[in-house]
Amino acid sequence: MIEIKDLHKSYQMGSNSLHVLKGIDFSVKEGELVSIMGSSGSGKSTLLNILGMLDEADEGTYNLDNVPIKNLNEKVAAQYRNKFLGFIFQSFNLINYKNALDNVSMPLYYQGMKRAERTDRAMHYLEKVGLAQWATHLPSEMSGGQKQRVAIARALASDPKVLLADEPTGALDTKTSYEVMDLIQGINDEGKTILVVTHEPDIAEMTKRIVNLKDGRIIDDSVVNQVKASLHV
Amino acid sequence: MFDVERWQEIFETIGKNKLRTFLTGLSVASGIFILVILLGFSTGIQKGVKTQFAQDAESRVNVWTGVTTKEYAGLNPGRRIQMHNSDLENVDQKFGEAIEHQTGLYNIWGGQVNYGNETGNYRIEGANYGQQFIENAGLSAGRFLTQKDEEEGVKVAIIGQKVKNDLFKTEQAVGATIKIMGINFLVAGVFTDPGGEREESRIFIPLSTAQRVFNAGDKLRSMAFTVKMSDNFDEAVALSAAVSQGIEDEIKSRYQISPDDRSAVRVRYNLEEAQKIYSLIDTIRMVFWFVGIGTIIAGVVGVSNIMLIIVKERTKEIGVRKALGALPSSIIGMILQESIFITAIAGFLGLFLGVGLLELIGPQIDSDFIKFPQVDFVTAMSTVIILIVAGALAGYIPARRAANIRPIEALRDE
Repeated sequence: MIEIKDLHKSYQMGSNSLHVLKGIDFSVKEGELVSIMGSSGSGKSTLLNILGMLDEADEGTYNLDNVPIKNLNEKVAAQYRNKFLGFIFQSFNLINYKNALDNVSMPLYYQGMKRAERTDRAMHYLEKVGLAQWATHLPSEMSGGQKQRVAIARALASDPKVLLADEPTGALDTKTSYEVMDLIQGINDEGKTILVVTHEPDIAEMTKRIVNLKDGRIIDDSVVNQVKASLHV
Repeated sequence: MFDVERWQEIFETIGKNKLRTFLTGLSVASGIFILVILLGFSTGIQKGVKTQFAQDAESRVNVWTGVTTKEYAGLNPGRRIQMHNSDLENVDQKFGEAIEHQTGLYNIWGGQVNYGNETGNYRIEGANYGQQFIENAGLSAGRFLTQKDEEEGVKVAIIGQKVKNDLFKTEQAVGATIKIMGINFLVAGVFTDPGGEREESRIFIPLSTAQRVFNAGDKLRSMAFTVKMSDNFDEAVALSAAVSQGIEDEIKSRYQISPDDRSAVRVRYNLEEAQKIYSLIDTIRMVFWFVGIGTIIAGVVGVSNIMLIIVKERTKEIGVRKALGALPSSIIGMILQESIFITAIAGFLGLFLGVGLLELIGPQIDSDFIKFPQVDFVTAMSTVIILIVAGALAGYIPARRAANIRPIEALRDE
């Protein structure tokens, strides 16, 4: 699903050049649930941004579902993001003046889907995350866990190939974190490819494979015994 | 533009940000309001000044004769040139097509007029029925001179409003008999003149009657015409000039006057003056537009500024939208359409307030130089077009800024 070869990325900080990714080789097969770990400054966010087509690498190749991601203009990048990727953020990033249903249907709006169909599909995904009865509520009326579940429904709405989750439990307490991870595991069990960036070992243990990043290099990449989050709930 | 979804988005955003939208609109509304009021007053000034110069028809041409100053064709200078009825007929024949109204004039300055015990001295003008239009006179009672009066040489008088007020006070004047230099005249009408009291302290009697009772034979003191107006002002001025020159040449050749004698025949046409006044009014109007547009620019800069703040405030949201697959064009469209929509609604509000205020207080403003300020349809439509363009301009830079927001920066968790 994801093929990355010899990926380099530097940032220009004033007169200094900061080499963040120093040759990443990395591949993810369909249906995998991978966590990317590393301390801050290890380059994990940069890697996720490149994977999410929000940023572009200086060197190396990146293929997503056999489509080379290179030199995309803004328009094509936007279309690819919409079609291939679903984003889950640490701070949820819901649009605060839209209710849950409208938030979930937003990616479908940008696909040009008609309102009736959009609402129908968005409702389906809200049901899937167990928030159907919260459809008309604004994000401000929900708890953190609920907001993250709306965000997950939104990420799923456009039926993307890969879900990218950036510290999805970073703003949640332990119990809620496990509930969210349970949901993510469930989605993965249905066959969705998911990448989770985290720095919490217990969250990483709940994925199927852990990739450790340090100073812009992969120092460890191992398959683990998945801990079912449902055991902790 | 007609995308229902987009409008729903815009109404949602506006609905959720009422105060912000209100403040944004306020600057535009006041800009348009000021522009409308200014333009209304420029129209008011135009009308006021026009009234000041409306004492006579604006296309009036006057012809006087005097004393020759140059020797010509063996004739000595110092001849007094006297026009006759035949001169008027001749001009009428030659330039009839360009002339609308005409009258020969025979005046007595300071003729004594009596009614009962009241006495006054007024200018008596022998004129024919064309005089009404040439003088721009209106009627407050009775009728004006007619062709029949002229042909029959009857002793009727049309008196000015001032004369009526002096001699008759509150009495009815029409039907009464007055004595003009000892001769009885029947008052047939009372006229008003936009020129005011000075112009209204005159008495018009039929030209033929004047020539008879004042023993003038067929002599004329002067002639007056109005030239046909065309829609194009410059054309009208040119026609006036040509006719004036033609009449001058004609009289000079009839009385054997040197072509470069400036004193023997004098022809003056009002349009030349009018043209100067109108160019002054045009300048005033331009200055007002300039000030008004300046005010709108200030408003637009305000909107642009607020839209920039909105974009800044919505950076994260726009970043999320881009991450979810929003195209740059859809972001630009969103901001631009919102800006145009706010500008247009606020602008229309300002427009209606301005027009409403002018409609309300305009009719009560009637001073010497400002009269009934109001805005016409064309002006209102121009401001509407200005609004839409202004909205687009105001939104463009913020929209570009929004489209250039990089999702990573927008979504960075701090």
